[in-house]
Formats: sequence, structure tokens, C-alpha cells
Amino acid sequence: MNRVVITGMGIYSCIGKNLEEVKNSLYEGKSGIKIDEDRISFGYRSPLTGMVDRPNLKGDLSRRQRISLGEEGEYAYVATVEALKNAKIDQDFIDANEVGILYGNDSTAQSIIESIDTIREKKDTTLVGSGAIFRGMNSSVTMNLSTIFRLTGVNFTISAACASGSHAIGMAYQLIKGGLQDCVICGGAQEINKLAMGSFDGLGVFSLNTKNPEQASRPFDSSRDGLVPSGGAATLILESYDSAIKRGAPILGEIIGYGFSSNGEHISTPNVDGPSRAMLKAIEQADINPSDITYVNAHATSTPVGDANEARAIANVFGENGPYVSSTKSMTGHECWMAGASEVIYSMLMMHHDFIAPNINLEQPDEAASKLNLVSKTLDKKFDVFLSNSFGFGGTNSALIIKK
Amino acid sequence: MVKEVIIEKINDFLIDEFEVEQDDIAPEANLKDTLELDSLDFVDLVVAVESNFGVKLVGEDFVNVKTLQDFYNLIENKLS
Repeated sequence: MNRVVITGMGIYSCIGKNLEEVKNSLYEGKSGIKIDEDRISFGYRSPLTGMVDRPNLKGDLSRRQRISLGEEGEYAYVATVEALKNAKIDQDFIDANEVGILYGNDSTAQSIIESIDTIREKKDTTLVGSGAIFRGMNSSVTMNLSTIFRLTGVNFTISAACASGSHAIGMAYQLIKGGLQDCVICGGAQEINKLAMGSFDGLGVFSLNTKNPEQASRPFDSSRDGLVPSGGAATLILESYDSAIKRGAPILGEIIGYGFSSNGEHISTPNVDGPSRAMLKAIEQADINPSDITYVNAHATSTPVGDANEARAIANVFGENGPYVSSTKSMTGHECWMAGASEVIYSMLMMHHDFIAPNINLEQPDEAASKLNLVSKTLDKKFDVFLSNSFGFGGTNSALIIKK
Repeated sequence: MVKEVIIEKINDFLIDEFEVEQDDIAPEANLKDTLELDSLDFVDLVVAVESNFGVKLVGEDFVNVKTLQDFYNLIENKLS
């Protein structure tokens, strides 16, 4: 079995457009949540969202490449360019080696809806243009990035709701560990637009705290009133330890456990058992004691049942005097398909810069959360091992353990 | 629409939207070999013609279109 290391990271999120900006935001406890006025007239209950600018890729990509990329693909491209640079991987290396891609994504709503609107209006499918099909398929990110970077290894998209990004890392880890791949680009992408999140808003689970957008996402806090959608993209370069050593790559961390499970119950209401099993499997695979884990980056999205059940699961697994816990969604909002990958990067940045980012807006933890060692203010702390939780609709759970 | 306007409009969208090099624009330029338009680009030519001239082309319209001059003639014929 190969050891699997992280040799590069790239991030494009509402709290920063690169690793340095994101690291500073995490340390400062800065929120990326804003109001999108357009959502109110569109029929949303809540106009709150994380916001990022659409990158201008003219000059970086050809016309053909640009018109095939949807919003989430643009974010993924920018994050991947940074990750490859961070990993010191250039096109010559990619051309000479079998590099793969596994990326988490679970929607391309805007691309599809805009195309169908054009067909309805024009009554002619040709008039959607040649890029529509490549923007609209759920594998849009991997099909585009594999073409742009001329990748020749594994190439597919992983759709697992809000655990997509985490499972993508986990599957890349398994392929490298098992010797099937040496280097895999992985991550998660999430579109931010009013067409993508309308049906989620319709469930009534988004915060309505429009008076204080930066205080709207408050995981584990008893006064929370729902989650805030968000997005962007996060890319990690996973590599076998031997490959990393051979090319003198920076080794940023090592993945030592990937636990997964399914709740087998309700489609949207999470439980305690499924997440507990995912964490325990990851810990068993990592061959460590729960007490070896200093920090848990919680999935907690700022919904009462989800937060409370995760708190119970963490308490079950770690017992009393458990690890430090925070949910970076308090700053970023819920980055959905991207979250499992971005939150690994957030935790990696903390581990490398000796701090634990705060769970901002935590004033009064609810009863279940009161049993956790929650970090509400930035904590200067050296640590070597963390666990990152990601859960999604359908009861899909993923827990990753990474050490320095 | 006069011929000069048709030519100007086509040249403009080829340069602006298709990012064809201005120096490559010439009546005898081959659409595939010189302007490097591939099969997917021909779909987008249909879109550009519809939005610029209000004319809907189909695949068969391109059977005898090899050069830019052929393309100018095609649009001129469709509009006449």
C-alpha cells in the first residue's frame, strides 16, 4: 500500500481567491456572506449567500475552452492552476506522467436552464451553441479540466451532494493507496447563482437574518435560523509518497484515513449513527487513537437537527475532553459540493500556520454542542492531525483524517 | 442588406467572437485550414448568423462552403 500525500492546494472562495487571502480570513474570523438583492425579486425566501466574482479567463484559455466551461468549472480551473503551481507541477510533468482527476460536483443548474430557455425561445436546438452540452453535464468540471490540462489518468466526477468534494479526495486516496494512480487532481466545485439554489431555498432551511448577513451562519449556536448557501472551488493535488519524493515535491500533509457510510434513513434529515460510523472507520484505518486528533472541522451547516446530531456523533466518538471543534461554514456559508474539499484546505492552512480558526457567531451553544470543545475565537495552537467531516442529502457521510 | 455590410458583420463576429486573427481574414481563406474552425465552431457559426442576420442555417447549407468568400455568398443568397 502506498502512502498518500497532499502536495498542492488551490482555493477560490468567498473568503479569499487564493491560499494567502483565505488563510488571513480564517485567522481573522472574516465572513464572506452577503445579500444578493436579485434573489428577492426572483422568489427566494432568503437573499443571503456567499459571493465570489466570476474570473475573467480571456487570455488564459482559448475560446473553445471558455465556452465549454460553466461557472463552477471556471472556479475549478482557477483553483487548479493555483494547486498545480503550489505542487510545483508544470505541463511538462503532466505530459510525461499519468495524472488523473476526480472532482466533486453535483449540479450545473445555470448552464442547463439557460440552454433550455434558449431552445424554448428559438425553437431550435442548434441555437444553444456548441458549448452548452459541455457546460451542462454534471461531469462538466472533470471533462473540461482533463482536456485543458491534457490529463491521461483517471477522469470522472463524483456526485454525493454536500459530501462530493470529500468523497472525491477519499476516492483519489484509495486509488493512489492501491497503486492504481500516482498523482490525482481532486477537489470540489459549487456554482453560486440564483438558478442553482432556488429549490434548496424552497425547503425553508436558509437563514433569514438579513439584518446581519455576517452573523447569519452560526453553526452550533442556539439562536441560528438556518444555513447560508455559498460556493467556489477547491483543488488538492494527491500523490503517492514515492512520486512526491522522486520529484522533490512539497509534502504538505498525509491522508491517513477515509471513512464513509450511508445513513439508510431519511433523504434530508441526518442521524447520529451514520456520521459516527464514518468517523470511526477513518480512525480505525488511520490506526490512531481518537485522542491523537487535535482538531475536527465539523460539517455543521447551521441547521438545528444537523448540528445537534453531528455534535452527538462527535461526542460519541471522542468522549469527554475531545478535540477542538469548529465549523468554518460560520464564515464561508455552506459551500455544498465544494465544502468537503475546501474544508480540508482550510484545516490544512490552520495546521500549517499553527492556529484553529473560529466558529464565529457562536454565542450560546445548543445542548448537544455544549458537550464539545468548540473554538469560538481564533486559537493559536500547533497541531499535527485533524479530521474533516462532510455529510450530504441521502445520508452520505465522509470523514477524512490528515496529518502533517 | 448590401454585400459590404454582410462582409463587415461576418468579419466582425469572426474576429470578436471566434477570435480569428485579423490578418487571416481574406476572401480566399479556408474556414477549416486557415481560420481553424472545427465542426463545433460550425454550430456556433449557425448561432452567430441567426443573431446577426436573422437567418437559420442548417448543416446542408455548408456543404459547398470552403472559403470565406463561399460563406459571404451563402449569407448573401439567404438574404436575397
